[in-house]
Amino acid sequence: MKTNSTLKMKAENVRVFYGANEAIKGIDMNVYQNEVLAFIGPSGCGKSTFLRCLNRMNDTIDQCRVTGLIELDGQDMYDPRLDVVQLRAQIGMVFQKPNPFPKSIYDNIAYGPKLHGLASKKSELDDIVESSLQKAGLWKEVKDRLDQPGTGLSGGQQQRLCIARTIAVSPEVILMDEPCSALDPIATSIIEELIDELKANYTIVMVTHNMQQAARVSDRTAFFHMGEMIEIGSTTEMFTKPNNKRTEDYITGRYG
Amino acid sequence: MSNLTLMIVLLAVLAITYQLGLVRTRQIAGHNATLRMHSRPHHYGVMVGLWTVLPAFFIFIIWSWSAPWALNQLLIAQLPEHIVNDPQELRVAIRRISNLAANFGIVSEAATWEIQAATFLSDARQLSQTLMLALMTTVAAAGALYGYRSISPLYRARNHIEKILQIVLVICSSIAVLTTLGIVLSMVGESLRFFSFVSPMDFFFGTTWNPRFSTAGVGEGSLTGDQGSFGMLPLLAGTFLIALVAMSVAIPLGLLAAIYLAEYASPKMRATAKPIIEMLAGIPTIVYGFFALVTVGPFLSMLGAHIGLDIRATSALTAGVVMGIMIIPFISSLSDDIITQVPKSLRDGSLGLGATKSETIRKVVLPAALPGIVGAILLGASRAIGETMIVVLAAGNSPSLTANPFEAVSTITVTIVNQLTGDNDFASPQSLVAFALGLTLFAITLILNVIALVIVRKYREQYE
Ligand SMILES: Nc1ncnc2c1ncn2[C@@H]1O[C@H](COP(=O)(O)OP(=O)(O)OP(=O)(O)O)[C@@H](O)[C@H]1O
Ligand SMILES: [Mg+2]
Repeated sequence: MKTNSTLKMKAENVRVFYGANEAIKGIDMNVYQNEVLAFIGPSGCGKSTFLRCLNRMNDTIDQCRVTGLIELDGQDMYDPRLDVVQLRAQIGMVFQKPNPFPKSIYDNIAYGPKLHGLASKKSELDDIVESSLQKAGLWKEVKDRLDQPGTGLSGGQQQRLCIARTIAVSPEVILMDEPCSALDPIATSIIEELIDELKANYTIVMVTHNMQQAARVSDRTAFFHMGEMIEIGSTTEMFTKPNNKRTEDYITGRYG
Repeated sequence: MSNLTLMIVLLAVLAITYQLGLVRTRQIAGHNATLRMHSRPHHYGVMVGLWTVLPAFFIFIIWSWSAPWALNQLLIAQLPEHIVNDPQELRVAIRRISNLAANFGIVSEAATWEIQAATFLSDARQLSQTLMLALMTTVAAAGALYGYRSISPLYRARNHIEKILQIVLVICSSIAVLTTLGIVLSMVGESLRFFSFVSPMDFFFGTTWNPRFSTAGVGEGSLTGDQGSFGMLPLLAGTFLIALVAMSVAIPLGLLAAIYLAEYASPKMRATAKPIIEMLAGIPTIVYGFFALVTVGPFLSMLGAHIGLDIRATSALTAGVVMGIMIIPFISSLSDDIITQVPKSLRDGSLGLGATKSETIRKVVLPAALPGIVGAILLGASRAIGETMIVVLAAGNSPSLTANPFEAVSTITVTIVNQLTGDNDFASPQSLVAFALGLTLFAITLILNVIALVIVRKYREQYE
């Protein structure tokens, strides 16, 4: 598997504190254009926390403090002059539990574009909705019931709706925090295929607890442990000959 | 022995027999190492206690209920014929005899037959009391014995007690239900009596409210015109006008307060501010009433004079504004709870798409919470419509059909107060109309409450 070498995001010596508790203890990481990067590691090791640093979602948590440098396209993301609203449009996020708004399917997708003024006419908005749903592989299933509530879809459909919603604001990076953990195997494989298609246009960083999933969809994998990043590298290599003993133990299930 | 002492004795007996049951159970269990008792000792204790006390208590209830009637029959049989045949005299005689029997004084000298009857009555009462006590003692002893004897490892005391508890619970809840039912039925009954004087059409759709207080009462066949007009539209209009003013004060203030509390306030601020706001609901409404009358009314009137508006000191506006303040906590507290219940994941989803906090609140949180908020508003509205004290003092009490909030108006509740206070004959339409008004009010608030509950419940289901 060939990895792209254009740098998309860069993290240097990132530390995250919840109050006095240091959850991320100095992580350096590069994210490359159009790759799928997977975070794995035992529960509570800080995968979600680090992922949320990448679009400044941690700002919404009161006692959370982030230090260090994170760049997007060479631009400091934590620069006080930077508009976090614009940033989050560039770096979308899909959450562990599907969280469609209690609005119609159409309005769920149209929400972001309306917010950012991406469409000036109704027809443009219609186009965005249709293409986003198509990219998320949901268009065929819902095109006749766009006015029905998004909460009425199945779990897997809801998660694809959330992906479509994220795509609709044309982000460059999509962060996914265990996007399949609430889904059954069939819905999971649909989303995995989707991720595979999406990486042509987007850079994807995802957290997963499922080793097979990381192996199937990601180009590179990062292994986290107790707030540190132990190892990062090509997925095939990491799963066949990990450099670190702890990584090997975790991957082979001998962890803990 | 007075009934109170009797009750205390019964309780004491209950305690004693409970202990007896406990002791007995432990004995049996001690002797019988192989057999396990089916239930815990206290179950057996309670069972013995109840076997002793409950049947005796039933006898007490039935006796107290039927004995006075039976004694009365016996007494009547004693009385001279000419008294018995005249209902009026009979009632007087019985009252005098009862008083004599209880050693109370009576007016004028007692006749011989009266004294005889009184002696008979007091003897009979004595006898009845003694009989009842004897019967109760026998039954209690028998019950205690039976209960005590039936303690055995196989006896399922626990199940029996569960059953009894269940029955007690059913009785308690049916008391509440039956009371409500009774109130509604009696209101319906009295309202029907009212509608025999005034036609429902005139009542529900009449536009003049002027129930003349005629001391002469209402004779048979008197015309509706003679007894004044009972059109309740002005009252309904006044009620809704004031509620409207109140809601237009309470909804914005309450909702904005709720949004602040739920979304912006620090936990400490929230913990302090919420109880203080809720305190507004605990202030007695009479206090609001004179606050409206003494402070708010004159102030609004003065304010109106400044900008060239003619506002009366006691008006729909005054009452509505003060009532609105009273209702704020109903709306803010409930809405706050409902807004906090909107899952964090929805907020995250919106923020993750690049929405600001206020956009998230306006476009995601509030719409998601809307059904619940509507429920809270409806509950507040039903409170506003039923509110009495504030309007009695501050609305001006003038039943005119107007949509101008600067005028004095009257409401259904105020009118009920007016119609029932003072001297009047409770069989006249002037008084009976209060029941029809009360029933109407009840129907309105009931409908509002039901709608509110349905909406709130529907909303709850969404996230569970
Ligand atoms: N909102 C928060 N407030 C305080 N501490 C937090 C908060 N969120 C996470 N933490 C702490 O930070 C550490 C890392 O948590 P994080 O959620 O990033 O783990 P994770 O790797 O995503 O775990 P999982 O695989 O179970 O999702 C944990 O010790 C957790 O207790
Ligand atoms: Mg996590």
